[in-house]
Amino acid sequence: MQGIIGKKLGMTSIFSAEGKNIPCTVVEAGPCVVTQIRTLEKDGYEAVQLAYDDKKEKHTTKPEAGHFAKTKTTPKKKIVEFRDFGQAKVNGEYKEVQPGDTISVEIFIEGEWCDVSGKSKGKGFQGVVKRHGFSGVNDQTHGQHNRNRAPGSLGASSYPSRVFKGMRMGGHDGDKTVKMISLRVLKVIPESNLLLIKGSVPGPKGSYLIIER
Amino acid sequence: MDYLKVVEDKFVEKQEFVKFSSGDTVTVHYKIVEGTKERIQQFRGVVIQRKGEGHTATFTVRKMSGAYGVERIFPLYSPFIDKVEVNKHGKVRRARIYYLRGLTGKKARIQEKRF
Repeated sequence: MQGIIGKKLGMTSIFSAEGKNIPCTVVEAGPCVVTQIRTLEKDGYEAVQLAYDDKKEKHTTKPEAGHFAKTKTTPKKKIVEFRDFGQAKVNGEYKEVQPGDTISVEIFIEGEWCDVSGKSKGKGFQGVVKRHGFSGVNDQTHGQHNRNRAPGSLGASSYPSRVFKGMRMGGHDGDKTVKMISLRVLKVIPESNLLLIKGSVPGPKGSYLIIER
Repeated sequence: MDYLKVVEDKFVEKQEFVKFSSGDTVTVHYKIVEGTKERIQQFRGVVIQRKGEGHTATFTVRKMSGAYGVERIFPLYSPFIDKVEVNKHGKVRRARIYYLRGLTGKKARIQEKRF
């Protein structure tokens, strides 16, 4: 799928043409540099490698610096590969991308759907009610006492005499890759590399996002 | 650069309103679209709060409809707002006069501000 790397900037709301107040997320997407083309012959799979967000040379390892030097670009913080990239709009014309090309928000069209994946906000150690959507024991009476958010039974007794693997329990929640599918691209602003996506996207402000069309 | 502001400046049209704050009695002229027809409805009441900042700010107007209190939240820069008319400036001590919800009749009056 064709896509771009971006950064979540925050949320706001705009008014649609009908005057409706639409919540939206502002995403800085690209410009990304094509740093490598993976080919079937050499790498065993086909993909396009994009790099985004400049970083200082002193924070770059020598192998990384060599990789970026091949396409004569500055070192970048985030590298992502996209399968089935296909033809993309580069400098106003549709063509197969080449190493060194710049992919911008122009690959998106206003009003189309996109998928956004990012790393969700970390929630720390959470109980089963928040982590797995259990309802807890919802009775305050009938003999219940401090059981409102408890998981309940973990299984049967003498058979199987153990707790099955994968039983949903409390633990670390959040801070994992989440993909939101079928979000609407409301606006594309090429001059400041911005995308406006309807609704919310995973992660805190400033986190990296992968936006696929 | 604050890109959020860039977006808001670009897509939200900022109307100029007369200054009003909580405690003021205002009439909001609100456009209502019915099919293809457009008409203007008036909503008169006391501003009990102004919330938010910039282009996403809202204000809440409370009025008594018969014996029942009715509150309506308006986005300040909604394109449906035709105009906001200030009928009375009220003298209140706080920015959010939620206490008005518990009061009715003569207790719910707000002293008018003298300039």
